[in-house]
Amino acid sequence: MSTENTILEMRGITKLFPGVKALQDVTLSVTRGEVHAICGENGAGKSTLMNVLSGVYPHGTYEGDILFENEPCEFKTIRDSEHRGIVIIHQELALSPFLSIAENIFLGNEQSTRGVIDWNKTNAEAARLLARVGLSELPDTKIKDIGIGKQQLVEIAKALSKRVKLLILDEPTAALNDEDSAHLLDLVRSLKGQGITSIIISHKLNEIAAIADRTTVIRDGKTIETLDMHGAEPVTEERIIRPMVGRSLDDRFPEREPNIGAEVLRIEDWTVHHPIDQGRKVVDGASISVRKGEVIGLAGLMGAGRTEFAMSVFGRTYGANASGKVFKDGEEIHTRTVGEAIGHGIAYATEDRKRYGLNLIEDIKRNITSAALGKLSRRGVVDREEEVLVAERYRKELNIKAPTVEALVGKLSGGNQQKVVLSKWIFADPDVLILDEPTRGIDVGAKFEIYTIINALADAGKAVIFISSELPELLGMCDRIYTLSQGRVTGQLPRAEATQESLMLLMTKEKEGTPR
Amino acid sequence: MTAVTEYLGKNVRQYGIWGALVAIVILFEILTNGLLLMPNNVASLVQQNAYVMILAIGMVMVIVAGHIDLSVGSVVAFIGGLVAIMMDKWSLPWIVAVLLGLVIGALVGAWQGYWVAYVGIPAFIVTLAGMLIFKGLAIVLVGTTIAGLPPGFNAISNGYLPNSFGFMAGRDVVTVTIGLLALLGLVYSQARARRTLRKHDLAVEPFPAFVGKLVLFALLLGYLTWLLSGSNGMPIVLIIVGVLIVAYTFVLGRTVFGRHVYAIGGNLNAAIMSGVNTRRVNFGVFVNIGVLAAVAAIVTTSRAGAAVAAAGDSYELDAIAACFIGGTAVTGGVGKVSGAMIGALIMGVLNMGLSIMSVDPSWQKAIKGLVLLLAVAFDLLNKRRAGTS
Repeated sequence: MSTENTILEMRGITKLFPGVKALQDVTLSVTRGEVHAICGENGAGKSTLMNVLSGVYPHGTYEGDILFENEPCEFKTIRDSEHRGIVIIHQELALSPFLSIAENIFLGNEQSTRGVIDWNKTNAEAARLLARVGLSELPDTKIKDIGIGKQQLVEIAKALSKRVKLLILDEPTAALNDEDSAHLLDLVRSLKGQGITSIIISHKLNEIAAIADRTTVIRDGKTIETLDMHGAEPVTEERIIRPMVGRSLDDRFPEREPNIGAEVLRIEDWTVHHPIDQGRKVVDGASISVRKGEVIGLAGLMGAGRTEFAMSVFGRTYGANASGKVFKDGEEIHTRTVGEAIGHGIAYATEDRKRYGLNLIEDIKRNITSAALGKLSRRGVVDREEEVLVAERYRKELNIKAPTVEALVGKLSGGNQQKVVLSKWIFADPDVLILDEPTRGIDVGAKFEIYTIINALADAGKAVIFISSELPELLGMCDRIYTLSQGRVTGQLPRAEATQESLMLLMTKEKEGTPR
Repeated sequence: MTAVTEYLGKNVRQYGIWGALVAIVILFEILTNGLLLMPNNVASLVQQNAYVMILAIGMVMVIVAGHIDLSVGSVVAFIGGLVAIMMDKWSLPWIVAVLLGLVIGALVGAWQGYWVAYVGIPAFIVTLAGMLIFKGLAIVLVGTTIAGLPPGFNAISNGYLPNSFGFMAGRDVVTVTIGLLALLGLVYSQARARRTLRKHDLAVEPFPAFVGKLVLFALLLGYLTWLLSGSNGMPIVLIIVGVLIVAYTFVLGRTVFGRHVYAIGGNLNAAIMSGVNTRRVNFGVFVNIGVLAAVAAIVTTSRAGAAVAAAGDSYELDAIAACFIGGTAVTGGVGKVSGAMIGALIMGVLNMGLSIMSVDPSWQKAIKGLVLLLAVAFDLLNKRRAGTS
C-alpha cells in the first residue's frame, strides 16, 4: 500500500478510553502534496485520530503503527511530532490575545541568542511568514486587535515557522465568515503548490468538495471509505454524507406546512453601539417583524451584527446605547433586562452554549429549569419532584441521550447539550424564540432532530427567529429570510424567492456613501 | 457487596471527608489518652468552634457564588464590640443588644454587597478593605476589653438548656428528647429523599450503603446525646448551630435563591442569560454572611464574657479553610453546607486535640495549614483521576 508518494500511513490504530473504543483498527493513508479531508459525525473519532497522530496521546497509549515519510514514529509529545514537521491547528485557537502577532508566531520557539530575544530577527521573520499567508498586518499588532479569520492565518504562519510538512486543520472555518473561509481555503491550495500536505477536518461538505483531493470518512471509530474527489464520478455532498451517517439523507430538512397568524414581535429602527468603541454602530437602524407560527431567518456574514442585534434586544446583554422600539402583539414593550425580556415572552438561545447557555458543572434537570424556576416553585421553594418530572419529559420529547436527568451537562455531546438549551427555553414557554446558530458544531443526525423540534415549535404557534451562517439551512427551514450587512437590514426574501445567490448578494451589500 | 464497594469507590470524595473526620477523632482520642471524647470536652468542642461553623455556613454560600469574604473576622470583632457597648455603656437589655447586633450585621453585609454587586468591585478587594475598616473600627470602639456582660448574654455560649423535665436513669430528659427528635427527623428526611429518587428511576446509593450511612449517623447522634445528657445537658449554642445548619441546607438546596447562587457560581454568563438577577443574588449573599458574622460575633463575645478588640483574629481563614476541606470548589458553583460543617469539625477537632496535647499555638497554625493543603490536593487529584476536571 505504501508507495514512494505516501507521506503518512496510519495502520490499525485502536485507541481505548475507559468503557469506550474511540478508534478501532483505523487506517489512513495520505499522499504527499494532497489535501486530504476527514469527515465524520461528532464523536466519530476524527479528533482522537489526529491527537494520536500529533502525540497528544503518547505512543504506547494506543495500538497500531504510524509511518511518516516511511519511518515509524513513536511520538511522546506534541513537540516530537512538530520536530518531524507535523503541526496541528485546533478548532479553539491557541493564541495569547495580549501578545503581538510576532510573539505568538514564535511562542515556545523564540528567536533568541543565549536566552535574549532578538527582536529584529523575530519581527523580520514574522513579516516574511505573514506575507506568505497573505496578511498585511504589522508583526507587532496585538492578537486581540485582529479578527478571528486573521488569527487563523497567524496560526498557519506559526505552523510555517516550524517548517511544517503535514498541516492538520481541525474545523478551520467553523468560526469564519464566507469571505475569510474562502481566503483560508485559497491559502491551503497555495500551500499545496509549495509542497505542503494538508489534512482538513470539516463539517462543511461544500468546502470539502471544493478543496479536497481525497476524503476519508470515519464513522463510530472506524474507517468507512476513502473517496477520490477527482474520480470519474463526481462526488456530491450526498455522496459524502451517505457513509458518514450510514444512511442516505434524501431530505435534509423536515417538511412543515406553515400556519402563519398575526404579528407577534416587531422591532423598529434598532441601533446598538459597540461596548468599547462606542462611536461605532454595530446594528444600525434595523427593523424586523415575525408572526405567529412563522420561522424567519437572519442571514449575514460574520460581523453583520446578527448576534449583537439579538442579544441587545434580549435584555441589553450586548453593546451600549441601544435605541429603537420593540412591539409585542402591537404594544410597545421594554426589554432592558433579561428578566423583562423573558417576562414579555421572548427567549434567546445563544450561539455559544458553553459560555452563555449552560452551567456545565450542573446536571440536565437544573439546566432545563434554570430560566423558569418560578414555574416550579411556591413562595421561593422549588418543587424538586416536579422538576424531575419536567426534565424527564423533555429528555424523552427531545431525545436527549443521557442515562438520567441527573447526568452532568458538561459530559454530553454538542448535539445533546444543544437539546438541553432548547429544552430550557421551551420550558420557559415563550412566544418568540430567537435561536442563534442552533446547529453549530453538531452532527448531521442531531441537526435533523433540532430542525424537527423547530418545526414543532412553529406548529405550536411560536414565532421563531433563526440565525444561521449556513444558507441551505435557512433556505430549508425559514418562511422568510432577512439579510443583514454591516448592521443594516439589506433585504428580506420570502422562501420561494430566496436562493443562495440572491441572499449572498444582499448579505454583501455595502453601505451607500460610507468612506470605508 | 461489590455494588457497595464500587459505589464507595466512585464517591471517595463524599465519604472520604467523613473518613478523615473519624480518623482524626480516633487519632486524637489515642494521642490524648481518651481525653478528647470526655463529655466536657465534647461540649466545649461545640462551644469553642461554634463560630467556625456559623461563619462557614455563610462562607460556603459566598464561595459557591464565586466570591470570597476576608472581612468576617474583623466584623466579628466590630459587632462584638458594639453589642458589648450597648449592654455595658447604654445599659440596653441583652436581647435588644443581640437583635441590634444582627441588624448591624445585615447593614455591614449590605455595605460590602453594594460594592461587590452593584459597583462590580471584586469581593477580594471589597472584603480586604472591609477587613481593615472593621478591624480599625473595632479597636477604636472597644479599646482593649469591655467586660462585665449580663449573665443572660454569657449563657448563649456557655449555658445549657434548663433541665425542665428532670432525669431519667441519670440522663437529662430534655437532651435525650432533642437527640431522639433529631434522629427521627434525619431518618425520615433521608428515607423520603431516597423514595422520591427511586420513584423517578434516578441513581440512588445501594441499599446497604444507605442503611450503613444511617446507622453510622444514628450511632454518632446517639453517642453525642448520651455524652451530653450524662453531664451538663444540651449546650444552647449547639441548638443555634443545629437550627442554622438545617435552615441553610434548605435555603441552598431547595429555594430559588439557593439555586441562583449555584447558577451564578457555575456559569455567571449563563445565569445572566437565563434571567437571573445576579446583582440581587450577590447582594443577598453578602447581606447573609453579614448577619451570620453578627451571630458569630454574639457567640464569640458571649463565650469570652467580654468584647475584645483582638477577637475574631483569622476567623475568616478558619471559615474559608472549613469550606475548602469540605469540598467547596475554589472556582465556585460547587459546595454544600454539610461539607463545610464537617470541614469545620475537622478544624475544631484539630484545635481541641492539639490544645489538649498543649501543642504550641504557632505549631497548631502550621499543622492546620498543612491539613488544608492536603485536603484540597486530595480533592483535586481525586477529581483528575475521575476525569471530571
